[in-house]
Amino acid sequence: MSADIAPQERLITTIARLITDPSAPPARHVAVGMASAIPAAACWLLKKTGHSMRISLLQRQTGGPFSEGGRELFDLAGQGRIDLFFLSGGQIDGDGNINMIGTGEWPGTGVRFPGSFGSAFMYMMTPRTILFREEHSPRVLVEKVDYISAAGRSAPDVVRRGSAQALVTGRCVFSFDGTRFTLASLHPGETCESIAANTAMAYVTPADVPMTPDPTPAELALLRGPVCEEMLGTYPDFCRRVWGRALQENIA
Amino acid sequence: MTPIDIDALAALVPDGAQLALPPDDSLAPCALVRALVRRSPRNLRLVGVPTSGYAADLLIGAGCVASIETAAVTLGEAGTGPRFAAAVKAGALRVLDATCPAIHTGLQAGEKGVPFMPLRGVLGSDVLAHRPDWRVIANPFAADDDPILLLPAIRPDFALFHAACADEAGNVWVGRRRELATMAHASHASLVTVERIVPGNMLHDERLAPGVIGAVYIEAIAVAARGAWPAGLLDEYPADSAHIAAYAKLARSEAGFAEYLAQHVHNHPARTAA
Repeated sequence: MSADIAPQERLITTIARLITDPSAPPARHVAVGMASAIPAAACWLLKKTGHSMRISLLQRQTGGPFSEGGRELFDLAGQGRIDLFFLSGGQIDGDGNINMIGTGEWPGTGVRFPGSFGSAFMYMMTPRTILFREEHSPRVLVEKVDYISAAGRSAPDVVRRGSAQALVTGRCVFSFDGTRFTLASLHPGETCESIAANTAMAYVTPADVPMTPDPTPAELALLRGPVCEEMLGTYPDFCRRVWGRALQENIA
Repeated sequence: MTPIDIDALAALVPDGAQLALPPDDSLAPCALVRALVRRSPRNLRLVGVPTSGYAADLLIGAGCVASIETAAVTLGEAGTGPRFAAAVKAGALRVLDATCPAIHTGLQAGEKGVPFMPLRGVLGSDVLAHRPDWRVIANPFAADDDPILLLPAIRPDFALFHAACADEAGNVWVGRRRELATMAHASHASLVTVERIVPGNMLHDERLAPGVIGAVYIEAIAVAARGAWPAGLLDEYPADSAHIAAYAKLARSEAGFAEYLAQHVHNHPARTAA
């Protein structure tokens, strides 16, 4: 069964489960930023299963959630009207710091990443952040990020609503308690040893680490049908890679 | 307001001008930027509002840009702007890394004519550490310690964007893309391309008026059908993601970028369509 499941499909359903995790503070309003195909798919999956939370997907050319332009997301977050957001990074370290700037000399003479986007603000203004990064390697999960786009923790006198809830990678899920990461589940084919070999950031390995659950057949059917339909216009390359859908199929 | 030719519009940008540009998914002025590259001004200072993509990458690759203030230079799924990354690597570009709401806030200060505005978050970021022009102060209204960031107003010389339409009075319709209104208000003047000119005055239409940028902000307009291409325009046409992917691949090398310019910029003096 699991051989038929695309790795990205597992990440999508894993993120969907984290969003609805009953032990986390309630997510009444979830927003998804740019270049976030997997979180966007997780939100579409929840929508298609009839979930009632408000979901605002930014990267839509038409029919988007806001009417006050690009700043409305940040104004909402500043007021505390967004409960959960997603961030990624070219590098992520054990303090939950993320680097979307680059490596080498400032401002990124080694590898230059696109830039920090809204991360320096959103990470601090939303009560929950789910970090995601498909590539799980020592060059991504580093001991210390070269540059901090957005800090994982803040000094006590700094206004901050929350921190990372979890980090989802192509190999495993880490939970984050505000201070450190703990290995929470392993994707098929991974062991605690393989994770250790591919991770340079600090984290805790508990005695028992469960496997990440498979997507259910019902979830897979939704992903490959209606969720893919919704995603094609915004993430054509992702849909082609994961579901083999043609680039321009729905753009007439 | 009588529309002018797109090359005449580009000719209004002098060397050293500070230009505000929207991202590729928000009325990007791609045809105007190609016209600008043909004219090839020097030492432009770009502001991505709050990010830029194809438009900034083209200008950077063509050697027109001295500095860029932006939260990212991104081609979406096609990754970091390749000429931007190459210029950073070569040390040929001054980058003022920012974060999206900082740019919005700086422009909001600009449109109000006040010198600065505060913003939450950002403390602890190396973006702040590399911005000596940004200040952290103690919130003067708080009883306890409460450090907060102040951002200087951004007042670009020109805002450049491509709108769906303008009317005979020179008003421009951008719909819900209200960050472009803030960008236009904060800038000293706006240079705008549009798909078409419509008769009458949109400010007299209660339904259209909320999506309008008034002619008071608009310096000049040119008609450029499909002027956002290869970016998309609202519900009028989608982004040409195949073209953007092809650009991203070609522009990885200087030779490939030169080939792109020869084929898509210099070879079509009045190119406006895909």
